[in-house]
Amino acid sequence: MPGKSPKTRTISVDMMARVEGEGALRVTVENGQVRDVQLRIFEPPRFFEAFLRGRSYAEVPDIVARICGICPVAYQMSAVHALEQAFGVRVEGGLRDLRRLIYCGEWIESHTLHVYMLQAPDFLGYDSGIEMAKDHQQLVTRGLRLKKAGNRLLALLGGRSVHPVSVKVGGFSRVPTRREMESLREEFLWARDAAAETVRWVAGFDFPRFDQNYTYVSLKPAHEYPFNEGPIASSDGVEVPATEFEAHFREEQVPYSNALQCTLNGASYFAGPLARLHLNADNLSPLAKHVLAETGLGLPLRNPFHGIVARAVEILYATEEALRLIERYDPPPEPAVPLTVRAGTGMACTEAPRGALYHRYVVGEDGAVLDAKIVPPTSQNQRRMEDDLRAYVPRVLNLGDREAAAGCERVIRCYDPCISCATHFLKLEIIGR
Amino acid sequence: MAKPRKYGKPSKSTKRPKLGVFKFASCDGCQLSILNLEDELLVLGRVVDIAFFPEASSRFGEGPFDIALIEGSVTTPEDARRITHVREQSRVLITIGACATAGGIQALRNWGDVEAFKQAVYPSPEFIASLSTSTPISEHVRVDFELWGCPIDKHQLLAVITDLLAGVTPKLPTQSVCTECKRRGHVCVMVARGMPCLGPVTRTGCGAICPGMGRDCYGCFGPAEGFTEGAAYPPNTPSLARQFHQKLNLIPVDVVRRFRGINGYVRPFRMESNAWEES
Repeated sequence: MPGKSPKTRTISVDMMARVEGEGALRVTVENGQVRDVQLRIFEPPRFFEAFLRGRSYAEVPDIVARICGICPVAYQMSAVHALEQAFGVRVEGGLRDLRRLIYCGEWIESHTLHVYMLQAPDFLGYDSGIEMAKDHQQLVTRGLRLKKAGNRLLALLGGRSVHPVSVKVGGFSRVPTRREMESLREEFLWARDAAAETVRWVAGFDFPRFDQNYTYVSLKPAHEYPFNEGPIASSDGVEVPATEFEAHFREEQVPYSNALQCTLNGASYFAGPLARLHLNADNLSPLAKHVLAETGLGLPLRNPFHGIVARAVEILYATEEALRLIERYDPPPEPAVPLTVRAGTGMACTEAPRGALYHRYVVGEDGAVLDAKIVPPTSQNQRRMEDDLRAYVPRVLNLGDREAAAGCERVIRCYDPCISCATHFLKLEIIGR
Repeated sequence: MAKPRKYGKPSKSTKRPKLGVFKFASCDGCQLSILNLEDELLVLGRVVDIAFFPEASSRFGEGPFDIALIEGSVTTPEDARRITHVREQSRVLITIGACATAGGIQALRNWGDVEAFKQAVYPSPEFIASLSTSTPISEHVRVDFELWGCPIDKHQLLAVITDLLAGVTPKLPTQSVCTECKRRGHVCVMVARGMPCLGPVTRTGCGAICPGMGRDCYGCFGPAEGFTEGAAYPPNTPSLARQFHQKLNLIPVDVVRRFRGINGYVRPFRMESNAWEES
């Protein structure tokens, strides 16, 4: 190009901190205009979809849990629902309650980790939750105890909190006794109060003004806040069953990332707590509704930084829902429903802490997996995160490189990205088999 | 297998020992086990300087490190270089979990048909840098101590760090899950319910949770070792595999799957699954 060469500036974060997994971001600015935004995921791919082929359906919950140590239950839940659909089995009643309950444990554990240890340090000006504890010991101790409550619930139902062992196609390998369940009640009464305090605390943070026009996507069951089932809905009025997910949501590869990016009818969208809250606020529990209203933050929330409030409201919801299910618990007569293995295809979508998680399995008549497809929430949010950065960068251009990069990183952290999840799904097509 | 070594006395300097946590190909679950030390985390943060732990902190402290915890296996050329660099900076290097210690579940790719892998077609394979194998850290650098488990047991991690800080050589149990089942009074799921339990050949440390939850152990703590002093005996996998086949009527493909799981690439389990694949 004749004349002046353009003035190019790059804002980059080589390794993002306080996110799960390994990612970087790079923003290129030319003559004051954002030219390119790349969320680079360099976490190595692990090829789960490839090596699930040939494994027995019964092994799937143990294998897919290993995609993510923070949200293993979500992977187990989407997998068992999809496989049950393939076998034509439905899990109802007390077993369905237990699945909601174990999901409560995971939301509490994962959300509390993010709120207290990963994102709050951004608002209070610390490098980490552990550093923050030097000045805010009581706050951090409350967060750790709340997280522990979630982990205790996971351990009771699943045997341990990371990679629970009891979840199986058809139900569980063991269900708790009533007495074991009651042993959690007192701690959850405390947890409910601590969660309400958490909402009040985070709602008082100093949020950057950054309202965006989002398309929100989440499950939207008629009569409950979503965990395990419900049609997939968007704030633009799309409403489809999980079986039609792939007709509306497309994945594509970009050259700079090890994760596929997902779009809805060609455009980016937002999945996770803000989306769930947007689409399901009517189905929140009474206290969660009340405490949210008290904060004065009116719905709809359109600022990604308010994600921490949505996450805290969901912790409160999950503690209330857990208490409800604990109090009415009556051990199911059998820990799992019987099933007959048959050839088929099953799809399911459940709400991982970070958003909708879609699984599809094709199973042969011997119960071996022939094909698997998994779309994690972070791949769905990836395009949206880049769009947010594009909008956010102009307001940090007057800052030095380090502060500008830190600002961009804070935007990404709002999404609680789970990069370990996002990378493991590159399709491995093997020719000649 | 890591040999026991003397670590020497902790340095007399009043500075806190520096801890680094490094991630390779993994699910983050073992790092999460550190953050799940809800009752001990803040004390740990006072006793040691958690200088490098990107999952938890934006402060990227520089080495050298007194203790390096390594999560994940080596699956890319870049990671093979990076682990060498971490080793150079670390006094004691500890692998945490099945990926770092044995290659992890992603080591299932190691049985992929290499020719077919070469022809593998991603949507755009030129964008991806990945080795055709997933290997444990010990295939790349010297490892001082190995913590097994998928995930690790957080109390084992705490015990190892505490021992190191006190200048004691850490020692964890290496016997089979069966011993733990007996201590806890669990009914044997293999004898009573005919489940193909890997407990007899799997290292204890998990608390025998699978039999406790009414199911068969799937080997996530890796192979048990014999009791004799000195070189460790491998567990008797051939006998257990025969039992699965003859008494529990598992067909060979099921026996292969049994041993080829979370820790499938570790030698005793690898040899057993390979033997049944050929049968």
